[in-house]
Amino acid sequence: MKGRLLSAWRAFWIATWLGWQIESNWTDPLLFAIYSIIKPIASAAILVVMYGVITGGKFREPIFPYIYLGNAFYIYVGSVMTGISWAVIDDREHSRTLKYIYVAPVRIYLYWLGRGVARFLIGTFAVLVTIVSGVLFLRLPINPGQVNWPLFFASWGLGVVMLALLGLILANVSLLVAHHFFLIGEAVAGALYLFSGAVFPLEVLPSWLRPVGFIMPITYWLELIRRSLLGESTIAFPTLASFSNFELLGILLGLSALFGTNAMLSFKLCDSLARERGLIDHTTNY
Amino acid sequence: MSLWSWWVAHLMKSKARGWKLFLKTVIARAYPRVIAQQREKSWIFFDVFLPMLAVSAYVFIYRAIGAPEDYVGFVVLGGAMTAFWLNVLWSMSTQFYWEKETGNLSLFIMAPAPKMAILLGMALGGMVATSLRAGTIIIVGSFLFRVRYSVFNPPLLAVVFILTLVALYGLGMMNASLFLLWGREAWHLASLAQEPIYLLSGFYFPIKSLGFWVAVLASLIPLTLGLDAMRQLLFPSGSALGFLNVYLEVAGLAVLSVIFLAAARFLLNYMERKAISEGRLLEIQR
Repeated sequence: MKGRLLSAWRAFWIATWLGWQIESNWTDPLLFAIYSIIKPIASAAILVVMYGVITGGKFREPIFPYIYLGNAFYIYVGSVMTGISWAVIDDREHSRTLKYIYVAPVRIYLYWLGRGVARFLIGTFAVLVTIVSGVLFLRLPINPGQVNWPLFFASWGLGVVMLALLGLILANVSLLVAHHFFLIGEAVAGALYLFSGAVFPLEVLPSWLRPVGFIMPITYWLELIRRSLLGESTIAFPTLASFSNFELLGILLGLSALFGTNAMLSFKLCDSLARERGLIDHTTNY
Repeated sequence: MSLWSWWVAHLMKSKARGWKLFLKTVIARAYPRVIAQQREKSWIFFDVFLPMLAVSAYVFIYRAIGAPEDYVGFVVLGGAMTAFWLNVLWSMSTQFYWEKETGNLSLFIMAPAPKMAILLGMALGGMVATSLRAGTIIIVGSFLFRVRYSVFNPPLLAVVFILTLVALYGLGMMNASLFLLWGREAWHLASLAQEPIYLLSGFYFPIKSLGFWVAVLASLIPLTLGLDAMRQLLFPSGSALGFLNVYLEVAGLAVLSVIFLAAARFLLNYMERKAISEGRLLEIQR
């Protein structure tokens, strides 16, 4: 048992190290740090300008922190979920090493999860910079003394695990599709951005589309993050106002467990199909 | 055999020189751009679906903060133009880098075809293929969000659109040579030129909002002037929110077109010589 755990940890750790090297060693640390924050800051700035143009700079309205925080924490969706699924395509099509990893004595899903850690770290840095910029320059109403830290860390940790499990499901699907390059992760992240109420309350969506948002765990995760950081002001939006924090945590936990089970089952299915169809070392040169 | 295949085969058999060889090369390089992209049906879906997700999210943000309806049209137009920017980034600027990675670049250099014609063929093929996608985004977005247009001067609108594409693809041709010298940085730099350019060029809001001097600087990217001019010619409030007079923007686009195309020709020759002398044409950095 101890040997298995050690072996699993070693695979995870080596994958983490490898992922970090792949992500970061193409340039010097300063340029890498700048690169890591420019994209998320630019995304946030687009929303800030859009909001500022329409409202004449009323950044104290409750909707602004709703949009800003949702967008900031959504960086994790792109980095963790897409990062894990991207490892399959990167190893198979670009580095062409997936077949070697498959024959090595590692559990492949632990390796993929490890590959996602580098992007998680980069994402965390970007989220921090985005939020600190919001507090400093746009007076985002986050007071460290009033933040519900236990709720924040509980929901943040659970959310990251949930995103990793979603990423694992996408990685499993990526095993079977050779022609779509990086589009699957982006498509799912884009759809979740639209339907999870990340940057606008779900009430703005047409009524027939709202149920899609209610089955997405990210909807509950972002609501918990906002509640923990902003406190009472989030109640201005009725979407999930009838749920207590505890209930939201329960829903998030339940959905995460559901996705975890799905990730393991889909791995068995996709892995078996990919081996049968000879897709493990399939390259398209796209 | 399709008409296109017959036409290309016919041109390849003839021993053309001078402008005939140039034309033959342009058509031969444009051919796979137009035909291959339509063959992979899933790409068409993703190319339209992904920008539509972003467009929808931005539309709902504007609706959540009570923006005038013209802004919805701005977003749909900006979303359609992202298709061109992404095509220029990933299929023009980085193209020689991809060709180097897949081993085709040395064949291009060895072939008797003019390199400028290869770039022009890529640009023309990309323009045609992307116009279909951008058109679909405009049609679907306008239908879904009930965008109302007031076309004031259709011939001028056509001139603006064509000049925008010429300048934009000229920029892409110029960048293709620059990217030739980069290794893995090329991927990251192209990725970096997405959100920050969406912000600087005012894809989703009037560029005037960023202030005069920022807008002047951003005008070096052809989409800034092109989008602003198109908005002025398509929407009732466009001229009030416009950055410069449309005729001035047309003149700016014409100047950019000439500069970028001339620079593309100069840089292509310079970078080819440099890449050959430094032995980078066959270098592959995985």
